[in-house]
Amino acid sequence: MEMYRSHVMICRGTGCTSSNSEQIVKNFEELIKKHGLDNEVVVERTGCFGLCALGPIVIIYPEASFYSLVKPEDVEEIVNEHLIKGRVVKRLLYAETVENDTIKSIDEVDFYKKQVRVALRNCGVINPENIDEYIAFDGYKALEKVLTSMTPAEVIDTIKRSGLKGRGGGGFPTGTKWEFAAKSQADQKYVLCNADEGDPGAFMDRSVLEGDPHAVIEAMTIAAFAIGASQGYVYVRAEYPIAVKRLAIAISQAREYGLLGQNIMDTGFNFDLEIRLGAGAFVCGEETALIASIEGERGMPRPRPPFPAVKGLFGKPTLLNNVETYANITQIINNGAEWFASMGTEKSKGTKVFALGGKINNTGLVEIPMGTTMREVIFEIGGGIPNGKKYKAAQTGGPSGGCIPMEHIDVPIDYDNLIALGSMMGSGGLIVMDEDNCMVDIARFFLDFTVDESCGKCTPCREGTKRMLEILDRIVEGKGKDGDIERLESLANNIKNSALCGLGQTAPNPVLSTLKYFRDEYEAHINEKRCPAGVCQGLAKYTIIADKCKGCGICAKQCPVTAISGKAKTPYLIANDKCAKCGVCLEKCPFGAIIKA
Amino acid sequence: MTDMEFKEKLNKLEHIINEHKNQQGALMPVLHETQELFGYLPEEAQKRISEVLDISMAEIYGVATFYSRFTLKPRGKYTIGVCLGTACYVKNSQGIIDKIKKEIKVGAGETTDDGLFTLEATRCIGCCGLAPVMTIGEDVYGKIAPEDVVDILKKYQA
Repeated sequence: MEMYRSHVMICRGTGCTSSNSEQIVKNFEELIKKHGLDNEVVVERTGCFGLCALGPIVIIYPEASFYSLVKPEDVEEIVNEHLIKGRVVKRLLYAETVENDTIKSIDEVDFYKKQVRVALRNCGVINPENIDEYIAFDGYKALEKVLTSMTPAEVIDTIKRSGLKGRGGGGFPTGTKWEFAAKSQADQKYVLCNADEGDPGAFMDRSVLEGDPHAVIEAMTIAAFAIGASQGYVYVRAEYPIAVKRLAIAISQAREYGLLGQNIMDTGFNFDLEIRLGAGAFVCGEETALIASIEGERGMPRPRPPFPAVKGLFGKPTLLNNVETYANITQIINNGAEWFASMGTEKSKGTKVFALGGKINNTGLVEIPMGTTMREVIFEIGGGIPNGKKYKAAQTGGPSGGCIPMEHIDVPIDYDNLIALGSMMGSGGLIVMDEDNCMVDIARFFLDFTVDESCGKCTPCREGTKRMLEILDRIVEGKGKDGDIERLESLANNIKNSALCGLGQTAPNPVLSTLKYFRDEYEAHINEKRCPAGVCQGLAKYTIIADKCKGCGICAKQCPVTAISGKAKTPYLIANDKCAKCGVCLEKCPFGAIIKA
Repeated sequence: MTDMEFKEKLNKLEHIINEHKNQQGALMPVLHETQELFGYLPEEAQKRISEVLDISMAEIYGVATFYSRFTLKPRGKYTIGVCLGTACYVKNSQGIIDKIKKEIKVGAGETTDDGLFTLEATRCIGCCGLAPVMTIGEDVYGKIAPEDVVDILKKYQA
């Protein structure tokens, strides 16, 4: 490998790429060439650094200067000052790294200080399109160890002792799952990777595939050795073009190096991988639906048993894990089960990646040891709520999960604690809501999602979620009736108990959880016809402030239902019984005299 | 697409089908590539797929309509995608899609009469750090407000 005095690492994850980081790469490359520095400075396209809120991000080593919100036109200054003269461009540094004129290491700032990166260890550190960089960071060392010095039973035992549980949501012990698949007898077995990350607001699997695709390939090969499989599939969302491309590059490089295909590392072990694209169906995150989809059918779940470990893809024993689960495997093999089990809580070991989104300052990806409290994640790592607003709740587990209100914010995060609160770990989406969000509206939003994504196979999910949505629609439109809350609860419990797959069984959770913690908001909507957060249009009330109204009449002219009347130069009035709550008057008033409450 | 172009694409389709013919579970990859080629899944193409792969038209229709990414109708020149994932939703992406609906006078999943825009309410596209997000073709617009919509659309209407 070439030696360089400086490495310019530019994030080419989806977030930063969307903010034009490719142009930044080009500008760097052009200017470095122009100044004849191409033998001294190298530009690397990396995976996600995690702090998406401040993208595009550029880190220059060896100083580890963390430049944030970089624009293509800033590049010239960075090249001239930093790369040529050795003077860090302070104005572009991430503000948290500058304190009293001295520059802190990035590991000392709040966002990174409490993080422990296991699954994300290589994201932002290596160029994911270059297998040599992965190998330089201990890549394929675990595979070598497994193939040359361990038996399948020893591998499974190591994973079992590590305490690793499925990171896709369910939290089933990974080692046990491997053991089941290993015990099944068949001429052909399959290893699958679930990269159909459907939880809206979760993007850790995408980031791993974009930033460290070989980690998944290596882990799947190890899993194949452990259970005796020779073929694998990665089922990835077609909505993630960058991840698909990098994974494809990684697979072909691994084949070239003899790390996939026939006779891997000259040990006589054979394993190969294929990518299969999803096509926009949330239910395909469910294992049996995912299998149906790879088989070329509609992604509809099948009743279990038989479990995939016995009868899965094409009727053969199949092991399925999600991306983040695989991303932990090589580290467990390299560092030992005890190392992994030393992190986390009694029943939940290791770390978990969360995607912070919504009303939080540091949106992005964070990886924390299990047992970290929600407060630490949201207020320390996440930097709290923007604009001085008040925290209301955080939603975990997406459409299958629930919300965590202020009174439970000090609970240590692990699988069991979140379930006890009526939520769940899920794949790791963590959406923060502030006082301006209406919890009834949020519940309606999730139900709308599940109704749309229900595959239609079983009645409780297909019909039941639809009926729940109708009730919620009615409530947010101001037409809620006495007994609606009880009807919701009874439907929810029935669906939970009788739906065929995980999607249906968990679909009512967002409603049950908001009812548990924010019942008063539901009651206000139904009994007082009032939305406390002022979100629900149907319950909005528009009023003209007499003192501010100049009587210009613009609002009356714009009103589509002639609900506004008045005489020129005197304050106008809105007739609430006629008002269609479209909000045009508020938008058009030149004096800000109309308010919505 | 002229008739000539269409025929040419049907020829290319033969290659796609043949390439996957012996693969297990070939239908999904074939549909993906067909859609990429035509921009949608024309009936003629479905018929060929049905013949060569020996899968009934009913089954192909079932699969094609199950997955939201597949479409049986031609789309507009630009697809506008407004992300209604949770992170975007709590930052008012509903307001953005409502504004677009008003501006171009079509609903979600519909195409404008002039064939310029198809509007889609999309699932999370995974750049939650930029919420709320909309995409037009390959371009991504992040951290936008309903007021910005008109100016953004203008760039494509010229």
